[in-house]
Amino acid sequence: MPYTEELRRLIEVVERTRPERLARKREGKDIPPMSLEERDDILNKYHPDYKDEGKREIKIGPNKGYKLPDEIVDLLEAKSRVDPDAIDLSQVDYETDVLIIGGGGAGTVAALLAEEQGAKVIITTKLRHGDANTIMAEGGVQAATKFEKDSPAIHYLDTMGGGRFKNDPEIVYTLVTKAPELLQWLESLGVMFYKFPEGRLQSMSAAGYCRKRLHYAGDLTGSEIMRTIRDEARNRQNITVLEFSPVVELLLNEHGQCAGAIIYDMETEEYFTIKAKAVIMATGGQGRIHIQGFMTTNHYGATADGIVLGYRVGVGLRDLHAVQYHPTGVVFPEQIEGVLVTEKFRSAGTNVVNIDGEQFVFEREPRDVESAAYIRECLDRGKGVPSPTGKLGLWLDSPMIEDLYGEGTVEKEFPGKFKQFKRHGFDISKEPMLVYPTLHYQNGGLVFNSETETSVPGLFAAGEVTGGVHGENRLMGNSLLGVHLFGRIAGKNAAIFAKEKAKEGKLTLEHVKAYHKELDDAGIDTDRIAPMLLPDYTDPKVRERQLTAHYVGTLR
Amino acid sequence: MSSTESKTETNTEELAAEIKEKLIPIYIMGRKHMVPDTLTIMKAMEYAGFKFIRGCGCRDGKCGACSTVYRKPGDYHIRVGLACQTAVEPNMYLTQIPFYPANRATYNWEELKPSPDEIFKLYPEVFRCVACNACTKACPMDIQVMDAISSLKQGDIAKAATLSFECIQCGLCASRCMAEIPQYHVFQLARRIYAGKMLPKAEHLEAAVKAVKEGKFDSILAEMKGMKEEDFIKAYTEREIESELSEEYWRPGDKRFLIEVED
Repeated sequence: MPYTEELRRLIEVVERTRPERLARKREGKDIPPMSLEERDDILNKYHPDYKDEGKREIKIGPNKGYKLPDEIVDLLEAKSRVDPDAIDLSQVDYETDVLIIGGGGAGTVAALLAEEQGAKVIITTKLRHGDANTIMAEGGVQAATKFEKDSPAIHYLDTMGGGRFKNDPEIVYTLVTKAPELLQWLESLGVMFYKFPEGRLQSMSAAGYCRKRLHYAGDLTGSEIMRTIRDEARNRQNITVLEFSPVVELLLNEHGQCAGAIIYDMETEEYFTIKAKAVIMATGGQGRIHIQGFMTTNHYGATADGIVLGYRVGVGLRDLHAVQYHPTGVVFPEQIEGVLVTEKFRSAGTNVVNIDGEQFVFEREPRDVESAAYIRECLDRGKGVPSPTGKLGLWLDSPMIEDLYGEGTVEKEFPGKFKQFKRHGFDISKEPMLVYPTLHYQNGGLVFNSETETSVPGLFAAGEVTGGVHGENRLMGNSLLGVHLFGRIAGKNAAIFAKEKAKEGKLTLEHVKAYHKELDDAGIDTDRIAPMLLPDYTDPKVRERQLTAHYVGTLR
Repeated sequence: MSSTESKTETNTEELAAEIKEKLIPIYIMGRKHMVPDTLTIMKAMEYAGFKFIRGCGCRDGKCGACSTVYRKPGDYHIRVGLACQTAVEPNMYLTQIPFYPANRATYNWEELKPSPDEIFKLYPEVFRCVACNACTKACPMDIQVMDAISSLKQGDIAKAATLSFECIQCGLCASRCMAEIPQYHVFQLARRIYAGKMLPKAEHLEAAVKAVKEGKFDSILAEMKGMKEEDFIKAYTEREIESELSEEYWRPGDKRFLIEVED
């Protein structure tokens, strides 16, 4: 399904303005970045985070009164999937030193580090090991490694500014100072970063940063990291992986330590009890709850489970009101609608242009500002490009890459995206892509510290489920960095906790009963069930005909 | 699949819907379902009433969870694709292969030497390859799978690693291989050895780790953390921005927050 005739004509407009835009770029005369005041103004007017509709205050728990998107509050003000009284906790099915919830990037590196401390590890995960947002991350990993022009301090400055200065300073300090070490570790495990012949890592610009600090493996960086660390985890005898087994409730013990979890085998529909000396929450993000109906770049299991589980045992939330809309999600063709187009296209110099082929914003603004500018261009200024499916988008002028760096560069530097579009009959080295903001990242999450500890002893957290690393807005490549870096710290610290601090004690689900009571006391009478586990994509007409089906939440 | 190709009768209700919503027939594991013609196989299966537990992952063509094989009417070719990336076509016969049992060798990464012999020891079956090319034809990522295996047999780990770079480990190659080679596991090993043990290490990275550990940035970072809010914001807004078109050895004019390094 190639571009329609109408779109072909609009692409000609883009082609007509391209030579002049290229000339401006070469002279360094692109539209300049916005001032902080201009950023505030556009965010206030056009970013979905700053609108009041679609949000409400949560009535219970440690963050009572915190205003969050309805979709998140719906999950927090919901009942457990299990009746706490119906579970016999004296019957333990698995026992381990460290239990890791989630088999994505953070969980997998945590497993490697915990195992290296001599711990027995279980990873329990909702889908397959590695089915996570990590594997979908295209761009790269941020780290200041070229000190003749860069330093952790400048990385710190970029990260704080990108996060609207709301990040936790201690956490960011750890992030920027341990970044080179993480890269070196990944290099030693055989992650195929793009290098110059002598071994020097290639690095690129990215939005919101002032130095070329993004290290990458083509446009498949997350995929390359995930498959490498997963491969290494499979070599380690003391790491067991339970797939298709999401956690539905955390367990505490009589000493108030986190001491295991209840898992649900989605295939056999059985529940099992895991007893552990320390637990790491690494469940990832929330894109599939489709906040405000936005499309998402996230994987099938990204349903905010860790937020729900953590909140129920009393861990607070932060920066969760800030949702990351990635500026460039695919609008057309419909088959790959919502799919991520890596920011690296813009990092490399690609313009984003409106229906008249005009550049309207500096392409390397932080993502929140960039997205707000696209929304303004389409909804306020009426300069969006209508897609055949009735949506609006803007042109990401990828053929510019060929002009800037030579023919064949798009295919070489962006092999994943090139192939994905080629399957549907598009050549992105010759034709621009139609894009619009799409739900991408959970900026905030569970409160934790730079040692990855939460307020509950024995419960550690790492990855997208946590808050504080990115403040209110994550910058490109700081996720692959933060996810793996804090995963490493969590793995090590959890193993040490298991060895030195964990106390033997009776397991309990009293916190779930207390949570249910709090719901009742707040007058919340609901049949909502959380965690959600999987999104509901069943056609409503199908549901109507499923006369004897019994649904608990979104699952039959 | 061929034995299950019996068509169920089309009722008038379906026909009416077909005209109104542009529905087309597809055969999921041999059973006919009417689905909108703009959908991917994955969305079409959900439309038809399937709820995925297996066979669905990133929904973006990167995780390899939704390998699908299909045929078109009057055509003996077995075709392959990812359910999340392949558009439905009228009368296609399809099934997913969400898991394929393939041999994966366990090894000690630290002790592994960067030599083809190490790979041959772990995967002797690569020499059973008869160059039939079924693996390449089965790859939804258009990887030259057989060429990569041949390179490896000739001892060229680098070529096998680069040829297989886009592998999503869906396992379709292994499912079609008459020599029973687990190509995607072999390539994983080749890539790790190539990148981790053959390519030169990044010297600047080692130097960077050392400098940070020696505390070379401690005072700069302490100064930054101690800044008053307005000074911090000023430092942020005054940052010198490196152009995306700069040369690798570009130097900033502003040396604040940098340390002295030898070039």
